[in-house]
Amino acid sequence: MTNSIPEIEDAECIFIIGSNTSVAHPLIASRVYRAQAKGAKLIVADPRKIQMAYTADIHVKQNLGSDVALINGIMNVILSKDLHDKPFIDERTEGFEQLREVLKNYPPEKASEICGVPAEDIIRVAEMYAQAESASILYTMGITQHTHGVDNVKSLANLAMLTGNLGKRSTGVNPLRGQNNVQGACDMGGLPNVFPAYQAVTDEGVRNKFQDAWQAQLSGKVGKTIMEMMHDLEEGSIKGMVVMGENPVGSDPDMNHVRHALSSAEFLLVMDIFLTDTAKLAHVVLPGASFAEKDGTFSNTERNVLRVRKAVEPVGDSRPDWDIICDLSTRFGLPMSYGSPSEIFDEIAKVTPSYGGLSYDRLEKGPIAWPCTTPDHPGTPVLHKDRFTRGKGLFHAIEYRPPEEMSDEEFPLQLTTGRYFPHYHTGTMTRNSPTLHSEMPEGHVEIHPEDASRLGLKNYDMAKVVSRRGEVVTKAIITDLIQPGNIFMSFHFMEANANVLTNPALDPISKIPEYKVCAVRVEKAELAEAAI
Amino acid sequence: MDLKFTRTTCPYCGCGCEMLLETMDGKLVGTLPSKTNPMNQGKLCIKGWNVHEFVQSPNRLTKPLIRKNGELQEASWDEALDFAASRLKEIKDAHGGDSLAFLTSAKCTNEENYLFQKFCRVGFGTNNIDHCARL
Repeated sequence: MTNSIPEIEDAECIFIIGSNTSVAHPLIASRVYRAQAKGAKLIVADPRKIQMAYTADIHVKQNLGSDVALINGIMNVILSKDLHDKPFIDERTEGFEQLREVLKNYPPEKASEICGVPAEDIIRVAEMYAQAESASILYTMGITQHTHGVDNVKSLANLAMLTGNLGKRSTGVNPLRGQNNVQGACDMGGLPNVFPAYQAVTDEGVRNKFQDAWQAQLSGKVGKTIMEMMHDLEEGSIKGMVVMGENPVGSDPDMNHVRHALSSAEFLLVMDIFLTDTAKLAHVVLPGASFAEKDGTFSNTERNVLRVRKAVEPVGDSRPDWDIICDLSTRFGLPMSYGSPSEIFDEIAKVTPSYGGLSYDRLEKGPIAWPCTTPDHPGTPVLHKDRFTRGKGLFHAIEYRPPEEMSDEEFPLQLTTGRYFPHYHTGTMTRNSPTLHSEMPEGHVEIHPEDASRLGLKNYDMAKVVSRRGEVVTKAIITDLIQPGNIFMSFHFMEANANVLTNPALDPISKIPEYKVCAVRVEKAELAEAAI
Repeated sequence: MDLKFTRTTCPYCGCGCEMLLETMDGKLVGTLPSKTNPMNQGKLCIKGWNVHEFVQSPNRLTKPLIRKNGELQEASWDEALDFAASRLKEIKDAHGGDSLAFLTSAKCTNEENYLFQKFCRVGFGTNNIDHCARL
């Protein structure tokens, strides 16, 4: 996030796009409600009628994967109505002329043809967003999980820069991160191209620094992303895999392919707190301790570093993952001995400039937002205040590209995916919580009444959903919360997991798979199929 | 009766709500929201309020497992770690570090993520490390 969570409640306008905020980030949704109580306008762009849409001033339902056309249409209106922030554009950005050229192709009527949002709604959204003193954009995976996910994010950055909504309070482009420590896992270098603090592995100076710090020879070759790893496992050039606290069988697209890839490994080691479907394929499974059984830190979506504290002893013989890694590494021949997580954190602070000023002592008083470079640095809740990281903010002129897989005769509907309120990701934690499980004990597919009647489906009938990659039999819920032509499923339920169907096609830059759109057909399940 | 409250951070979404885990005689029995954290200010969502339930679930893994004759069977830590370390070493020696891949975790702590990528990069000389940031 460019800005902090508490600032949201003072925004004059909030634009939520591709985020089911009240479901995926309930405590951020409550900030939005508070902002509305103070008079803020709320715009929601989402193909489904999500809960946030009920209290929105405008809800637009864009076609799946058409966000660039919608955002370009909004920006076209802002320019034609002269609502852009000229001093901000002059002083702090570059590339405006190229953007202006491309936006000429997206008058609201033309954008409307692509994204399915009426032209008059595009105009209202543009006016509402651009006329606010401070406007904050919130987005999640509805924006990023596309083969043009990077284009979507850059388009939102264009919109914010065009209206000067960056670098000041209650504005910004704010991705709400879906997992407690996805920010931290990235910060710590859990990515194939960077060491901790996003320092490139290809940069020789950086590599020398880490070679000195770790007393080792390091590779300057960018590694493989998850989807590439799965491909290489199947093809045989990757032979072994170590998985810590992840369940790729449930969370990656095209589950049958992932299962086959992991089964091809000569050696698969999984560390987890439950016997997940990934762990079931392993040669060795090591029992980890849960968050309540260890000390450490998480970094949240607003870059705040927070303490995790041990409340109880680990169950059975389970051990914290940091302790397991030290032991495994030592036996492997690379001795690692750390007395406590605090000692590890001190090493992190030494090699991670953005965490350089942090320590357990300082965090004892409460969370601190990185960058925090020295022990007396107060932390940084708002990024890009006076300048952008690269100097001037760069506009990207972006044309709309359709999703990889559009519906056709054989697969006439489009599937999109997401979460439900009582569950989380692949359900390994929430389905082991009796209270949450009882809120929603099984999965289902949402289908619009028009499509259902054409297919002869009634509420709670068993439906068979088929894509080019697999099929799932699950209960049909007939609802007009979804648009005709679209269906919706979650990936919480292994026995009815949307990821059997989803498309592993990747964004060329971020390598994110296109979870949010794929072509499917739905049939009424035969009795025998429904019984499985 | 020994009643204790431990201030910690929620393990579900990226909001970073702080909570008090309630323990009675060493057992986790409840969760309360932190009132002093500026993020959640005394509130939690339904997942947060019930976070203690999965921690001591009977389905938790409590012992290392090794696949023998096609089935995962309980093993000692020594046996499991020695076997895992030797298999990783064999593969590295036979095919090089780039023949191994590592998935780190958006659910684990910063300290664990740091050590895991260090193990991968230093131990195997490869940058084949990723996690589900995109998923």
